[in-house]
Amino acid sequence: MARIEVPMPQMGESIAEGTVSKWLKQVGDQVQRDEAILEISTDKVDAEIPSPSEGVLVEVLVQEGETVEVGTTVAYIDPEASPGDAASPPAQTQLEEPAPEAVPALEAAPALEAAPAPEVSSQPQPAQPAEAGPVGAEDPSGAGELDSEEAGTERERLRARSTPVVRKIAEEHGIDLSMVPGTGHLGRVTKGDIMSFIESEEATVPTPEAAPVTSPSVAAPPSTQPFAPPVTPAVAPSQAPSDLWKTFYSQVQHPEFPIREADRVEAMDKIRRLTAEHMVLAKRVSPHVHSFIEIDFTQIDNMRRVNKAKWAEQGAKVSFTAFVVWAVSRVLREFPVLNGTISGNNLIFRGNVNIGVAVDLDPGLIVPVIHDADELSLVGIGKRIIDLADRARSRRLNPEEIQGATFSITNPGVLGTMAGMPIIPKGTNGILGTGAIEKRVVVVEDPDTGTDLMAIRKRSIFTLGYDHRMVDGADAARFLARLKELMEGFPEDA
Amino acid sequence: MPEDRLPALEVRKLGRVPYEKALDLQAELVSRRRNREIPDQLLLLEHPHVITRGTSSLESNLLLSEEELASRGIQLFEAGRGGDVTYHGPGQLVGYPVLSLAPDRKDLHRYLRDLEEVLILTLQAFGIQAAREEGLTGVWVPEGKLGAIGVRVSSGWITSHGFSLNVDTDLEFFSTTIVPCGIQGRPVASMTGVLGRPIRVGEVFDPLLIAFESVFSRSVCVV
Repeated sequence: MARIEVPMPQMGESIAEGTVSKWLKQVGDQVQRDEAILEISTDKVDAEIPSPSEGVLVEVLVQEGETVEVGTTVAYIDPEASPGDAASPPAQTQLEEPAPEAVPALEAAPALEAAPAPEVSSQPQPAQPAEAGPVGAEDPSGAGELDSEEAGTERERLRARSTPVVRKIAEEHGIDLSMVPGTGHLGRVTKGDIMSFIESEEATVPTPEAAPVTSPSVAAPPSTQPFAPPVTPAVAPSQAPSDLWKTFYSQVQHPEFPIREADRVEAMDKIRRLTAEHMVLAKRVSPHVHSFIEIDFTQIDNMRRVNKAKWAEQGAKVSFTAFVVWAVSRVLREFPVLNGTISGNNLIFRGNVNIGVAVDLDPGLIVPVIHDADELSLVGIGKRIIDLADRARSRRLNPEEIQGATFSITNPGVLGTMAGMPIIPKGTNGILGTGAIEKRVVVVEDPDTGTDLMAIRKRSIFTLGYDHRMVDGADAARFLARLKELMEGFPEDA
Repeated sequence: MPEDRLPALEVRKLGRVPYEKALDLQAELVSRRRNREIPDQLLLLEHPHVITRGTSSLESNLLLSEEELASRGIQLFEAGRGGDVTYHGPGQLVGYPVLSLAPDRKDLHRYLRDLEEVLILTLQAFGIQAAREEGLTGVWVPEGKLGAIGVRVSSGWITSHGFSLNVDTDLEFFSTTIVPCGIQGRPVASMTGVLGRPIRVGEVFDPLLIAFESVFSRSVCVV
């Protein structure tokens, strides 16, 4: 079958990527040449991406909210398929409901997510009628607390809070707004939503009813959403295993949970959505291992006090984080294995040392990147951190300033946490978590007499999270030992 | 190139237009422009009090509920353009260019910078030195943001939405209802405020059209 790629188009000289903000067409929809099939957003611009050909949208590769580089294939159009066709090999099975709005192939992915959940399969629940519409999350505890009425009311309340125009259209067409999937804020139904709902009502034969959970012998996996087929062995052969793995490693769906009376519900903003997705994928892909080491900050603390005035004259503030970034960037040059990633069947060793430093936005978090940190002086790094953090908080970072990290540092210690076990960002091999710097009583050896003494030193526990596919435990240990050595004997001319 | 060889730009001065009506009109013009039934368009108008949200709007940047807004006579819309939340109202000049950026201006960033240039040149005509700020699309003076931009590019590189310029806007509406464009701690300014004398929206048309003509190389024709 001749499928035509839909690439993320070049939208401007300085635009390297785009965020898919909305799919205007669904898998299975017939599209005309030049008809808009998705919307992307970049700073201040929403742009429609037209279909390169007439045909049927058979596969969607990039989800709403995902950002991809220019040239990346985002979907496939099949000029020969008939409307309703999904990706080949078809993901449909006899168990799946014949949804007229064909289930995008990726929605079969939860099959894999659900698989390693033994407590679910060992406690088969009787099939429950799922709720109508894109609702119907099950209580993951299996305690059967799902109160569909409750959930329904809450959703109705959310959905019904739409603009007067939308309510008027709904009235005219006799539509219950709670049945319309809302893409607006807090699930609000926008004018576009209701118009396309009306169109689809007119155009399709059976409306998407509740997806029946067919097989009582198989508990509905808690992570599936209602349109996904239930997990049965029968599903597996119909989809190439490689496709399943691909979706498993590239796509995320968050299970839904019942909303209770007193709850407050907010739609995820963009940062939260991207974070949630990234965290799930990062954990899914990389086998995480964490190693700890305690670093003595006494000398660095002294250096900061001695030089504070001098740095202030240079307009710089050199935080503890700046010292860490400086030292880490130097040590990474010695340990390229921690400054790389596994990519397919290859190992990539990055040529630049770009350090992402997590900045708390409260709420939310962003990770601006200090590019080529290994070429910056300590004061240069200090200045850069202050600048990036300020602009991160005022949301004034340029896109390239949050991209390209080869290693990350996060500082849970700033709020007093003793140590953390951070998640390794996708496409990198390591992240360093720095714990609180605290005065501790430690045993030191008197350099003259060799006797043990108790001393009060400023110490901090560092955690290195590393991808165990590429980084062995001994590599990590050597990295940490070298980092400790450098931090505790911090060069005066850094 | 002689004047008459430049592509035409039809300018429509529409007065005060409800937001919804302007959306519908833009949708119609976009489709007609795509089908080459009409030349490039520029709609100049004012809106009654409205707050509109763009694709990247954060909920927290809206300070009042829809009900509270309604009680103050302010409607709320999802605009279908890029950018965060903004306010439109009387005294603010709104411009919606419906242009075909193909074949030679197919660059979203360039389009944003061009719109900024139009506003900067317009303000220069009033002796206001406005500037861009890196990473913050819009037009700025030390007092704050004078001009905001949020656009949509439809299939076939046809633009809609556009810019708003605070000529004589009651800035109270901005500060009490939204975090403009989601940028904390940056006030909004008006030409009246900057110049210390009242400026009417109508006074801005001519300088704006001259600027638009030169930045976009179009031959303006007011219809």
